[in-house]
Amino acid sequence: MKKFAFAASVAAIGTLTLLPFVWFVLTSWKSAAEITAIPPVILPSVHWDNYRAAITRYELLHYIGNSAIVASATTLISLAIASLAAFALARFKLRWARYYLMLLLALSMFPQIAIAGPVWRLLNFLDWLNSYHGIVAAYISLTLPFAVWVLTTFFQELPYDIEEAALIDGCSRWQALRLVVLPLAAPGLFTAAILVFIHAWNEFFFALIILTYPALQTLPVGIALFPGEYTMPWGEIAAASTIATLPLVALTLIFQRRIVQGLSAGAVKG
Amino acid sequence: MLRATELEEDIASLTVNKLSKTFGASRILEEISFTVADGEFCVLLGPSGCGKTTLLRIVAGLESASGGTVDIDTTRVDLLPPQDRDVAFVFQNYALYPHMTVFENLGFSLRLHGVAKDEIQTRVSEVARLLEIDNQLNHKPQQLSGGQRQRVALGRAIVRRPKLFLFDEPLSNLDATLRANMRVELGRLHTRLGSTMLYVTHDQAEAMTLGEKIIVLDKGRIQQIGTASEIYHQPSNLFVASFVGQPQMNFIEGRLDGHGKLHSKAGVEFDLSGITGGRVAPDAQLTVGIRPEDLRRCAAADAWFAGTAEFVEDLGSDCFVHLACGGLNLVARLPAQDPIKLGQRLDLNVDPERVHLFHQERRID
Repeated sequence: MKKFAFAASVAAIGTLTLLPFVWFVLTSWKSAAEITAIPPVILPSVHWDNYRAAITRYELLHYIGNSAIVASATTLISLAIASLAAFALARFKLRWARYYLMLLLALSMFPQIAIAGPVWRLLNFLDWLNSYHGIVAAYISLTLPFAVWVLTTFFQELPYDIEEAALIDGCSRWQALRLVVLPLAAPGLFTAAILVFIHAWNEFFFALIILTYPALQTLPVGIALFPGEYTMPWGEIAAASTIATLPLVALTLIFQRRIVQGLSAGAVKG
Repeated sequence: MLRATELEEDIASLTVNKLSKTFGASRILEEISFTVADGEFCVLLGPSGCGKTTLLRIVAGLESASGGTVDIDTTRVDLLPPQDRDVAFVFQNYALYPHMTVFENLGFSLRLHGVAKDEIQTRVSEVARLLEIDNQLNHKPQQLSGGQRQRVALGRAIVRRPKLFLFDEPLSNLDATLRANMRVELGRLHTRLGSTMLYVTHDQAEAMTLGEKIIVLDKGRIQQIGTASEIYHQPSNLFVASFVGQPQMNFIEGRLDGHGKLHSKAGVEFDLSGITGGRVAPDAQLTVGIRPEDLRRCAAADAWFAGTAEFVEDLGSDCFVHLACGGLNLVARLPAQDPIKLGQRLDLNVDPERVHLFHQERRID
């Protein structure tokens, strides 16, 4: 009975979570007639026309390229800064570390709309609007507090003995970080990296106001601009959204193993 | 950074001079001074919280001192980072690198110091053979048992041929049998390597069996420095006397009258005139210490203590008898051949030569 209840709730939660995703995947395979049919058609007749149109007519690959550049750059730079900051916060006995972390958390709670104006003016002042570095800078400031939090918690949990052993063995602080701490923190790094990447990949609002040249626009903005004056191409939008989700699903599946790979098991007495 | 050639076996002495460490208002270490000679096995013994691990970590460079100096040979090292001190440290938790194989763990420091690959190979396999872990070289630490991990941790220290070995309670995570075996092995290893070693433990059996020199620490101060025998037979104060020895030494507090007779607070009286002559001012408050094994049965007329056996721990070879003598509780270690029954009356005395006298905590000789 208990087992059944458990299975039922898992199924219910799974269905609820997956339903929107399943719906637009199904929509992407429908013909125009099936999409607008009333009553709605649930199972599509499986067309690939929407995908073809999304890629050729709406230049989907171009948007994917932009998103890949922006999200990767954000992830790399954000993690590089965050891992150093988190290492310092977790390891050096800084008196203000706790307050700093709280401040970071508080900062990350500002609604985006509240900082949109200042961010836009700042980027405008720097002449960074409509540039990759402009949007990446904005994304770094959005993702950094979160990345620092995740990594600080992770570094704090790594046994300090191992790092000290590395210092004794002849490592400088930098070498200890590079050769011992970072490999051990890999699961934490991957977790933070995936979350930052997903955030940057999906972000819509800043991308919309910062990137007004179609040549630079990212996927969410690109897809949002699919509708024309007289058209609402639901099929192409669904196809583009499906394609846009695939890299995230793939990344998560690939790195899932690394994330759960309790690497630090056996380091100290187990 | 050290070069490969500088890593060659190089035995050094250690000099710690007036080392102190304060943390906020609390003084962890106060004016600690001692030397460890070339090739000596020196043990820092003390209860937990006495500052022994802090002392070791300061010598290693993992913590800074608040005052005083540390010299290895004639080089002052207390301001150098750990990697420039050429010391090896064996951690209580082993602190192996979990993402590296046993081979990589052992060779890590050599790699850092730029030792050639085939040289690393030779040295690692040599040490692995010595410690009998040569079958585990490709395993990760989490695949090893506690004892094997301990050996890898030891190997990682040995392979470097450091000037000084530092051990932080390395056997405390092992079970009793393994601990006893590793203790013997460590002793053998020291004989074989002839290296200078500083070893921290709270286990007196480890200290007594391994240490050529034992430093007893309590509350951040050195209580006594000596050989195992000196520490056991001539404890310099009440702390050392009570900390070393199992079961603990019996202590009897009292006042010595003008005739050399001790009037204990517990109401028991006995004559110490044979041993106190001239050494103790009459009317002095004394603490008399008697090791359990120094109490022996005697005729009632010669008895210092007459008591009844309240509890007997029979260890096979001998037994610990807990006695109540008036208001005094004593433990005597008696031969197991003639069994003692609960409630049995026993008359005991001591060879006066074997009585320890303490006045105001300090030993009187």
